Amino acid sequence: MLTFIVFSPLVGALLCLLVPRRREADTRWVALAGSLVTMGASIALLVLFDKDDGGFQFLERATWVNSEGAGFKLQYLLGIDGLSVALVALTALLTVVSVLVSFGITLRQREYFFWLLVLETGILGVFTSLDLILFFIFWEVELVPMYMLISIWGTGRREYSALKFVLYTIAGSSLMLAGFLILGFEAGTFDMTELRNIEITDAIVPLNVLFALLIAAFVVKLPVFPLHTWLPDAHTDAPTAVSVMLAGVLLKMGGYGILRICITIMPAQADDWALGLAVFGAINVIYGAILTLRQVDLKRLIAYSSVSHMGYVLIGAAALGEVGLMGASLQMVTHGLITGLLFVMVGLVYDRTHTRQIPEMSGLAVRMPFLATAMVFAGLASLGLPGLAGFVAEFTVFIGAFERFEAPTLLGVVGVLLAAAYILWMIQRVFFGPTSEKWADLDAPVQWWEGAPVLVLGALILVLGVYPTWLIEVMEQGVVPISERF
Amino acid sequence: MIDWGESVQRMGPIVAVLVTAAVILIADLFPLRKRWLSVVALVGLAVSAGYAVWLLGDDERGSAFADTLVFDNFSAFFQILFAGATAAVVLASIGYSEQFRIRQGEYLALLLTGAAGMMLMASTTDLLAIYVSLELTSISLYILTAVAKNERSMEAGLKYLLTGAISSSVVLYGMAFLFGATGSTSLDGIAAGIAERYDEVEFAIILGIVFLAGGFAFKLAAIPFQMWTPDVYEGSPTPVAAFLSVGSKAAGFAMLLRVFYTALGDNEVSGDWQILIGGVAAASMIIGNLLALPQTNLKRLLGYSSIAQAGNILVGVAAISAGNDEFSIGAAGTMFFLASYAITNLGAFVAIILISGRLGSYEIKDYAGLGRRWPLPAAALALCLISLTGLPPAVGLWAKVYIFNAAAQADLWWLVLIAVGNTALAAFYYLRVVAQMYLREPDGELAEKPAVDVPLSLSVGLTALGVVAFGVMPFPLIEAAERAAEIFAA
Repeated sequence: MLTFIVFSPLVGALLCLLVPRRREADTRWVALAGSLVTMGASIALLVLFDKDDGGFQFLERATWVNSEGAGFKLQYLLGIDGLSVALVALTALLTVVSVLVSFGITLRQREYFFWLLVLETGILGVFTSLDLILFFIFWEVELVPMYMLISIWGTGRREYSALKFVLYTIAGSSLMLAGFLILGFEAGTFDMTELRNIEITDAIVPLNVLFALLIAAFVVKLPVFPLHTWLPDAHTDAPTAVSVMLAGVLLKMGGYGILRICITIMPAQADDWALGLAVFGAINVIYGAILTLRQVDLKRLIAYSSVSHMGYVLIGAAALGEVGLMGASLQMVTHGLITGLLFVMVGLVYDRTHTRQIPEMSGLAVRMPFLATAMVFAGLASLGLPGLAGFVAEFTVFIGAFERFEAPTLLGVVGVLLAAAYILWMIQRVFFGPTSEKWADLDAPVQWWEGAPVLVLGALILVLGVYPTWLIEVMEQGVVPISERF
Repeated sequence: MIDWGESVQRMGPIVAVLVTAAVILIADLFPLRKRWLSVVALVGLAVSAGYAVWLLGDDERGSAFADTLVFDNFSAFFQILFAGATAAVVLASIGYSEQFRIRQGEYLALLLTGAAGMMLMASTTDLLAIYVSLELTSISLYILTAVAKNERSMEAGLKYLLTGAISSSVVLYGMAFLFGATGSTSLDGIAAGIAERYDEVEFAIILGIVFLAGGFAFKLAAIPFQMWTPDVYEGSPTPVAAFLSVGSKAAGFAMLLRVFYTALGDNEVSGDWQILIGGVAAASMIIGNLLALPQTNLKRLLGYSSIAQAGNILVGVAAISAGNDEFSIGAAGTMFFLASYAITNLGAFVAIILISGRLGSYEIKDYAGLGRRWPLPAAALALCLISLTGLPPAVGLWAKVYIFNAAAQADLWWLVLIAVGNTALAAFYYLRVVAQMYLREPDGELAEKPAVDVPLSLSVGLTALGVVAFGVMPFPLIEAAERAAEIFAA
């Protein structure tokens, strides 16, 4: 089942390459079908998932490389718990969204959809693999597709941004590999299901150094100040669909890794580092929000707001309690939906106005009422309006973190105020005010493939905001065992 | 008393290669089509590899010529590696070597004697035999680098000859110290001598180690004898550069493992050289990668990358203390990495021969837009570069993981950190070439569709297939390396 989910996008990707050249325009249908199959399977997974049964489910285990003498046993081990099942479903959903918003792509379509679906396989692999080395491999899979997608189909300084993304990621993941090897050697296994029951007490490097090695890749990916600079560049220059994937799920790989690997396997060191992480989380929130306020490029604005929002994940995770971890996990899912929607909106606006400079836009609401409504909705969700998904997650983070770190949590709350400021100000500048002459003859019919993702994401944000219990119950199954380590 | 029959039988793979070389030299006197000579060479190499596979199956340790040569899984592993690498080079040379005109016979014969020398290097357990086989390989390669007889090729040959001669004398000097200190030229004898009176002769042993490591570095293309690498790769005929980068390096490592693990593997002594080798590894990685960054010529780039990769492999040699009674993980890692590197680097070189043969240029900027123009060769080259970087789905990833794992187990964490840091550095220049092929548009059009060189395309296809196949299923290669490493228990 999991193998099917992880590799079905890859099959879809290969099918995309087989589309004959003269019917290249039909590639998008192949890609859509492929991504829908994966999404169907992950919905089935979500339904079949038993939230009352602890531990990992749908385990698939095979020995891949077995060299016992070398202490080098490598398993193909997939499995999910409440934490990963939600992220798998999110990934599958956002891929469908990404394929849909890419329907307008005309340049080298076969390769485009090929890389997009390969990317999905890599991300799904990260969320489902339970062997450290397998995790690392899937982690690396995502590099080449991202590089290609940004540098071929991007805009602006796309090659610079793509390369920056790759170098930051490789630097982080190399350190992660060193950490995995040292950890695996000490524990005698790379199996995460066993590692969560093992206390690491000694290693060839000081344990705190080992923890730093493990977390390096994740803080780059999340991203944490001061390692965040690749993110605005990558987002600004990436095509819409890639921004959706990047903000929606790629960043979550960082948060997921911190929860699944750093905190679960080395709880004592996580405890030592908690205050530091919380402080960095607070810096992320505030610094990201201040930078967001100053942006005049619509897409860059949303990108910086992601930096700010990911700070909440870090604060929640650093609290190390059940509520805090829960909040961090919820924030990953809801931020995926909300920012995914925001980037879709930015893309749709850009397709019509061909500019992302906020000062050049004004009063667009008159010209594109549907988009304006959806953008206001997404914006409200992003600033944490009660009744929408973002509020639930951020509120949980604050409750969980306040017991442990008062000051960083309060700073985080200030971040919510700043978020309200930058979102509302942005909406006011873009959609309201006098309609500029320039947009007088702007005709903006919304195609079905543009409208559908907006409606689906919007509906989910609303449902999760009003009735989050179901998602919370599923995720608890994964989060509680982690919090019990403390 | 030497048992000649037994000796010759054990030497089968080497004898097969040497006989083939002789046959080619004689057949070259007759007015045959030169292509037949390549066929003969390929058949000879196939026989040799088959024989080695058969020896690998029988698992017994044999020796020849009063124990100066031994034949075990270790030597069989390298014999297969050398036969395979040489075959790939021969395939790639069939079209290329036509520009040498009448010298094609000599060219093939020299490739084969070089290969035989490499096979001997992997089998010798006596300092004198080591030196002789080292020279057999080197002399063949000196001529091969100059065989194109143009100015660049001659310059490369001369440079290679001069550095080679210096390093040979350094090796000889080191051997003299070891012999003087222990009174034996056989590796086992040296080990015994060291065990007996290490305290008295420690200084001489350390001098011997330093000189040997320095001299061997020439073959490995590692610091401090790395200067020849980019110039020789750039100047010599490209198939010869491929042969140098893979065969010569692997032979150097085979010799290094034999000498350092067998003769100097004693705990006290290995403590002395572990730091030295680790330092050479770190310096090679850092310097190789940094100098590769600004390169604009693909062959030079691969030259510097080859220095950095030598550093990577040395990480495995330094990890001597990792392992157990069955085998040394460091040695297994070294061999696995070598095999992976051989497939990958050969793949990169043959793809470059194919592409640059059509393009007439080795400049990276001329590779713009090849991803669209010639999708298959460009994909093969991209795959090999990805493997050299160590990313999935290529075999290079496993090699990297395995060898870093060995170093972590040997408590060499500082070396692991330097090595992983270098991975990021290396990604920059390897992926730059990939980017050039896929992101840029070509300048101007090529007139006509080039003719397809079938043997060359075959060797491109086979190596690329190997890179992916072992990338998905690395176990056979790992197992072979571990069986070969059974002769060294940590």
